[in-house]
Amino acid sequence: MNIPMIEMQVARYSPERDAQPYLQRFEVPVKPEWVILDALNYIKDKLDGTLTFRWSCRMGICGSCGYMVNNEPKLGCATFLSQYLPGPIKIEPLSNFPVVRDLVVEISEFLEKLKRVKPWLIHENGNGAGEYLQTPSQLEEFRQHSMCINCLLCYAACPISGLDPVFIGPAALALAQRYNKDSRDQGAEERMAILSHPEGIWGCTFVGECTKVCPKHVDPAGAIQQYKLAAAMEGIKQFLMPWGQRQEER
Amino acid sequence: MDTSSHDVLLVGGGGAGLRAAIAVAETNPNLRVAVISKVYPMRSHTVAAEGGASGVIKADDSLDEHCYDTISGGDWLCDQDAVEAFVREAPEELLRLEHWGCPWSRESNGHIAVRAFGGMKKKRTWFAADKTGFHILHTLFQTTLKYNEIQRYDEWFVTKLLIDDGRVQGVVAIELMSGRIQAITAKSVIVCTGGCGRVFPYTTNAAIKTGDGMALVFRAGGPLKDMEFVQYHPTGLPFTGILITEAARAEGGYLINKDGYRYLQDYNLGRPEPRPVLRSMELGPRDRLSQAFVKELERGRTTKGPYGPVVHLDLRHLGERLINQKLPFVRELCLKYEGLDPVTDLIPVRPVIHYMMGGISTDIDGATPLPGLFAAGECACVSINGANRLGSNSLPEILVFGARAGKAAAEFAEAAPDAISPAVIAQANDERRRLEQDFLHESGGTERVATIREAMQKAVEEGAGIYRTESSLRDAAQELSELQERARNISLDDHSRTFNTELLSALELTCMLDVATCIVHSALHRTESRGAHQRTDYPKRDDRNFLAHSVITRTSSGNIRIDYAPVTITRWPPGERVYGQQQPETIKQVASA
Amino acid sequence: MSRAGQAPAPIRPTPTPTQETAPTYTEFHPRWYRPPISTYWWLGKSAYVKFILRELSSVAVAWTVALLLVQIRAISRGGDAYTRFLHRMSSPWMIAINIIAFAFLMLHSITWFNLAPKAMAVRIRGIRVPGLLISGPQYMAWIAISAIIFAIVLTR
Repeated sequence: MNIPMIEMQVARYSPERDAQPYLQRFEVPVKPEWVILDALNYIKDKLDGTLTFRWSCRMGICGSCGYMVNNEPKLGCATFLSQYLPGPIKIEPLSNFPVVRDLVVEISEFLEKLKRVKPWLIHENGNGAGEYLQTPSQLEEFRQHSMCINCLLCYAACPISGLDPVFIGPAALALAQRYNKDSRDQGAEERMAILSHPEGIWGCTFVGECTKVCPKHVDPAGAIQQYKLAAAMEGIKQFLMPWGQRQEER
Repeated sequence: MDTSSHDVLLVGGGGAGLRAAIAVAETNPNLRVAVISKVYPMRSHTVAAEGGASGVIKADDSLDEHCYDTISGGDWLCDQDAVEAFVREAPEELLRLEHWGCPWSRESNGHIAVRAFGGMKKKRTWFAADKTGFHILHTLFQTTLKYNEIQRYDEWFVTKLLIDDGRVQGVVAIELMSGRIQAITAKSVIVCTGGCGRVFPYTTNAAIKTGDGMALVFRAGGPLKDMEFVQYHPTGLPFTGILITEAARAEGGYLINKDGYRYLQDYNLGRPEPRPVLRSMELGPRDRLSQAFVKELERGRTTKGPYGPVVHLDLRHLGERLINQKLPFVRELCLKYEGLDPVTDLIPVRPVIHYMMGGISTDIDGATPLPGLFAAGECACVSINGANRLGSNSLPEILVFGARAGKAAAEFAEAAPDAISPAVIAQANDERRRLEQDFLHESGGTERVATIREAMQKAVEEGAGIYRTESSLRDAAQELSELQERARNISLDDHSRTFNTELLSALELTCMLDVATCIVHSALHRTESRGAHQRTDYPKRDDRNFLAHSVITRTSSGNIRIDYAPVTITRWPPGERVYGQQQPETIKQVASA
Repeated sequence: MSRAGQAPAPIRPTPTPTQETAPTYTEFHPRWYRPPISTYWWLGKSAYVKFILRELSSVAVAWTVALLLVQIRAISRGGDAYTRFLHRMSSPWMIAINIIAFAFLMLHSITWFNLAPKAMAVRIRGIRVPGLLISGPQYMAWIAISAIIFAIVLTR
């Protein structure tokens, strides 16, 4: 049985040895059902045990296995080897993040940005009795944005995230919108000051690549532009009727 | 040696760990609580749960019925006082999640929707489309961001529990990023590390499910309970093992063999009806469905697929609209990984390992016999799942017992003394030396991690699969003890400090070998068939001798010891597990006062 | 001894050395690698090139508006000034620039109309209105107004 082989060029970097990353070549068999992750595990188990990468669920739900595959951000568990024949395939760590080792990037800045946008349900009742009613169409309003698996492919695709590290970024802004649009949430005002800011939505220039690469169709670009509209409306309202502000402040 | 100190330390950041952390922060905001996890919390395997979480909220349902379904589903090995507490607190916990923002699917009037699930007599499974675990975990994780008291050690791997003076005083952990090995002391430790599906070759579980916490406690001399009960989920995809949720069957899917015949009707699971009937046919309990597959295989009625025998899940009659609305993730997974569309094609499925009923032995508040050590979630065994878990009981389990363990650990920490024994620091230094000598500086050595891992998985599947015999188990035990020896001789390619995942996989392998040994030995000693543990040489249930939990511990001399602990029976005396149309007349009659 | 209540300080790595320096590794403080971003980052991907062109088209808009203002001023100054204006406009350079500016204006308008629906999530009875129903009317209005202006100018 003739199994085709494909050349994989994988970025390697070890801070203990290297000043900067370099590409290492491996030959890997291409079975029809194999994804990038299977190839990386083949290399690690059989060829070079020092290859380092993150992975976990291998079904596209945990968000661990984001890499740049031929300069496109992809999930390693959802990208089939066979579509890249005859090869070669170049695998590098996600762009716009500092590289820790090989294909592993440092994501703690993203978590700080996520915390800043207050991604939790803000409701004055807290743990009161009874469920908050929500119709299926109200659920549908924010359902799409709630699908984010934090894989950070959108940050790798967003040029602003690379050029401007303080930009809060697509996923965090989409998650803020997920709560803003949730009919049970009462925190839209609290989040406005953080989001309607040069580091927030106004840093976005609607390149649109984030939505294109998102494996879960969260549409962060849409979420941000919609919020720009809402924030602009709010800004005009406050400009025309500033006295309304005092009533809203609690 | 660097140390940090906390009041409560959570090992594991999945559903149980995060819920427990919130419980600690709410019990006493002055407590220093930290979550230590080998992956970022949103990567924990809770995220992959699909089907739903059961809780009694509808008017036609009652707590007693949920109790009965759970207890009979567990083949009467469940501790009934724990089940009663669980059933009572489950709806409260699920409602609390709703208040925290979890997007439960709704009926058109805005109330929370429930659906049918395997082994349940009434519809009581709350669901968030078919990504319930994903939404629960992200809701919990995003809610923990609200609490500044909760510190996190992301991507730290715990290698040892520190015990002195008769109580647990912390852990030793490796910071993956830098390779630093450090003692983290705490007045109480809650282990929430999840199950051990990766001990088997075909599993729905992620790579990280390697039974680390169970091994930690076992090596510290703590008890593991009911380890022989491993659950095979009847519908996993053939090559990858990816889970096709039970909800597909709850919405009306059929399981058919190679002749297009709904074969479950031959196995005492009722008669085939066009719409799903609760506790019947495809909505029977998971252990019976997996066993039916093996019987079909023996009769030659399964289809031979490229990755072994399969049966088929038929969703075509459900229609595209329902599949897109209720099972969108199932459709996505089939399209992606099988190239098949459930709307028009049959899905090939086979039983794969999914859940571990057994685990660290705890009481109803999550406390283990070791003072200061608690456990919750899949890694713990209270036991509410007994010999077989019903679908949709696991998600409320992590919430209910995560909260209980958090509260209990917080109260323990408030009362515990401040001082940390100096002996503990010496233990930590010893552990660091061991790791450096045995793994990082070691040269020579002949074994590769992957080789031993594959051999272990093969041995466990053949020896302790769906059907077991004395000889298959003895062979597996022998093989495992040889593999334990070989594992002392592992050579790593990677000797660096920074993010050494090869070291991690070697440490995980040692944990898996310990857990596998427990599974096989517990199975060897239980000479009866009950729930998910089926012995072809002892095919009957034996309540006289084995209505008891097996408790496996490692003695100080390194030997394995198995005891039996009684099952708590309150209101439901052991009976026959009946599925299909023949049901006990009224459940309330069976549950005599 | 333990520092009570303190988690270890988060690691802040040393700044990236230049390409030439040898790797110096400090134990337990791994040096993260931050790849430099070149000024020509946008040439790497066709999507980025399209994005930059779209952004540059605003220069063409500014040019056209400035031209319009100059034209209006020329008209208001009377026949002589206007003739000079027309003479300057008919030089080959001006024609070339204006053709390029017109192309960019087209790009600007088309991309604007196509992106507008993304900024508005309009739902009727729970179903999201398809983008064409939002951008379609905008295109129609654009064509209609252009047609009217053409008609006025040509029949004068």
